[in-house]
Amino acid sequence: MVDLSVRIGSVTLANPVMPGSGTLAEGLADVFDLGRLGAIVTKTITPDLRRGTLPPRLVEYRDATLFAIGIPSLGPDYYLKKTVPFFARFPTPLVASVSADTVEDFARIAARLDVPEIAAIEANISCPNLRAHGRAFGMDPVATRDVITAMKAATTRPVWAKLTPNVGDIAGFARITEEAGADAVIVANAFLGMAIDPETREPRLGNVMGGLTGPALKPLILRMVHQCAEVVSIPVIGCGGISDWSDVVEYMLAGATATQIGTATFVTPTAMPRAIEGLEAYCRRHGITRIAELIGAMRPRGGVPTAAIDPVPAKVSA
Amino acid sequence: MPSALRLADPRVPIPDVHPPYVPAASAGFPVAENLCRVLVNAAVNDDYRLMVAAAPAAALAARPGQFFHLACPPSGEDRPFLRRPMSIHAVDPAAGTITFLYKVQGAGTRGLATLAPGDRLDAFGPLGHGFAAPEGRRHLLMLARGVGLATLAPQAEAVAAAGGRVTAVLSARARDLVMAEDRLAACGCDTLVVTDTDGTSAVEALRARIAAIHAERPFDAIVTCGSDRLMRLARDFARAWGVPGEVALEQHMACAVGLCHACVRPFVDAAGETSYRRVCWDGPVFPIEEATSWSI
Repeated sequence: MVDLSVRIGSVTLANPVMPGSGTLAEGLADVFDLGRLGAIVTKTITPDLRRGTLPPRLVEYRDATLFAIGIPSLGPDYYLKKTVPFFARFPTPLVASVSADTVEDFARIAARLDVPEIAAIEANISCPNLRAHGRAFGMDPVATRDVITAMKAATTRPVWAKLTPNVGDIAGFARITEEAGADAVIVANAFLGMAIDPETREPRLGNVMGGLTGPALKPLILRMVHQCAEVVSIPVIGCGGISDWSDVVEYMLAGATATQIGTATFVTPTAMPRAIEGLEAYCRRHGITRIAELIGAMRPRGGVPTAAIDPVPAKVSA
Repeated sequence: MPSALRLADPRVPIPDVHPPYVPAASAGFPVAENLCRVLVNAAVNDDYRLMVAAAPAAALAARPGQFFHLACPPSGEDRPFLRRPMSIHAVDPAAGTITFLYKVQGAGTRGLATLAPGDRLDAFGPLGHGFAAPEGRRHLLMLARGVGLATLAPQAEAVAAAGGRVTAVLSARARDLVMAEDRLAACGCDTLVVTDTDGTSAVEALRARIAAIHAERPFDAIVTCGSDRLMRLARDFARAWGVPGEVALEQHMACAVGLCHACVRPFVDAAGETSYRRVCWDGPVFPIEEATSWSI
């Protein structure tokens, strides 16, 4: 028997696989047993009602997608009345994802969602801060600190900070969220991107810019998870281009305690249960009894610590 | 069906590089990644291809207007990453087959066109809300243009099978691009073929011809797909006659089960409020009264 469970602070997950926010909804309950997941993470909601951005909302690449959806939201009333009861029937921790235009609104929605059915609240800080000329909270160290501090003061639920990769030093932001009291850090959200149609000269997205997700991002975000895990002691949740169990193992070896699968579900709707079943088989094959052993367990190449290798091999004199 | 079609023997197992695998967590769920076997995949004319596949029981529950999200194989330079939505053209539970009629127009359909009899087809579904139940319809007006015919034919057939009368308007660029005329005639539908080449497909000419049919034998429901102009014509009729109208819409999709909100279209409700609805989850069949024109 393999123990696939992992702990994100006070929350125990049956396995390290959960959906990325915005890639799970009621429709997936017709496809597989959501009770098998490590956690259920719902689509980000905002305090206000939002329709989302003008279509077209999607551009496709060979191994990535560029989305500009704009967080359509039915607000917290609908969420507590409809969404929470729907997912509460599964014996799986429910994680609410929230976003807002101001620090105060982040705190207000966190207070509103302080209910026992919600196991944790994810702070989606990749959205624009209306009090800072639209600059994303997550790109500003002070705004990042203020959002997490305010949410922690407003709710008894654990707060998970979902970082944006659109910064120079993501590990620094991971540190800031830990110092502000975050219970876990999710690394990362989508990369900002855009696309133009050469025939019409028009942007391909109604919103001009969008977020790039999918397998193409895996090496980039894997590196970020590695960098963040080295500097924080709170759990890191890896999210970026994960398609199957082997990607989950890679992220855990890089330092992730758990992972989020997103775009892969659009391609293979059963990607998450496949990954969970694949992880169990991997552990059996390697004689691993507790999957948590994999966290940060990357081995130095050939047994030699990377720091001990000279960047330039010494020349052998003739 | 053209006689040149090769039929694969359904008893011969498909050689699999990756053996079919159904995760335990998804066994018995209504929406499935159905592993089908292609029996026929051949051109029916210059633009369209017909694909028939042997499908598992879950897929055979598909209703008219519903769709499958198809995994499309790579071909040439194309590597389609996302699946492609494809409305169901026929379901035959007795034969255990599902049928698609499609136009090759992009990376996904170019890939689908390469599938040979015996190849595996991964068809995720059945998905979406289809047309209203066919029972009780006395006279259905079907307005189909081009590939819209693929989506509407099963509903026309269902209404005819339930004892209703169907007038099927088949609009196409040219006479040789008209499809399924025989199939619709065989199930008792009255077909009216109109084309661009002879000018009969012009909306105003059609309006007069359909109004004349209505005066003789009133329509009590309308379905349309494949043309913005025909959708507007159908809406005019639905309003004038006070009958329900339905339109099947298309949109680029990612997830097909309402997760990602990429495939939205704008709708205007009776109060004049605009909203975005997901074609995959709220549709693909919508009340014609609320669907907005996509050309303006």
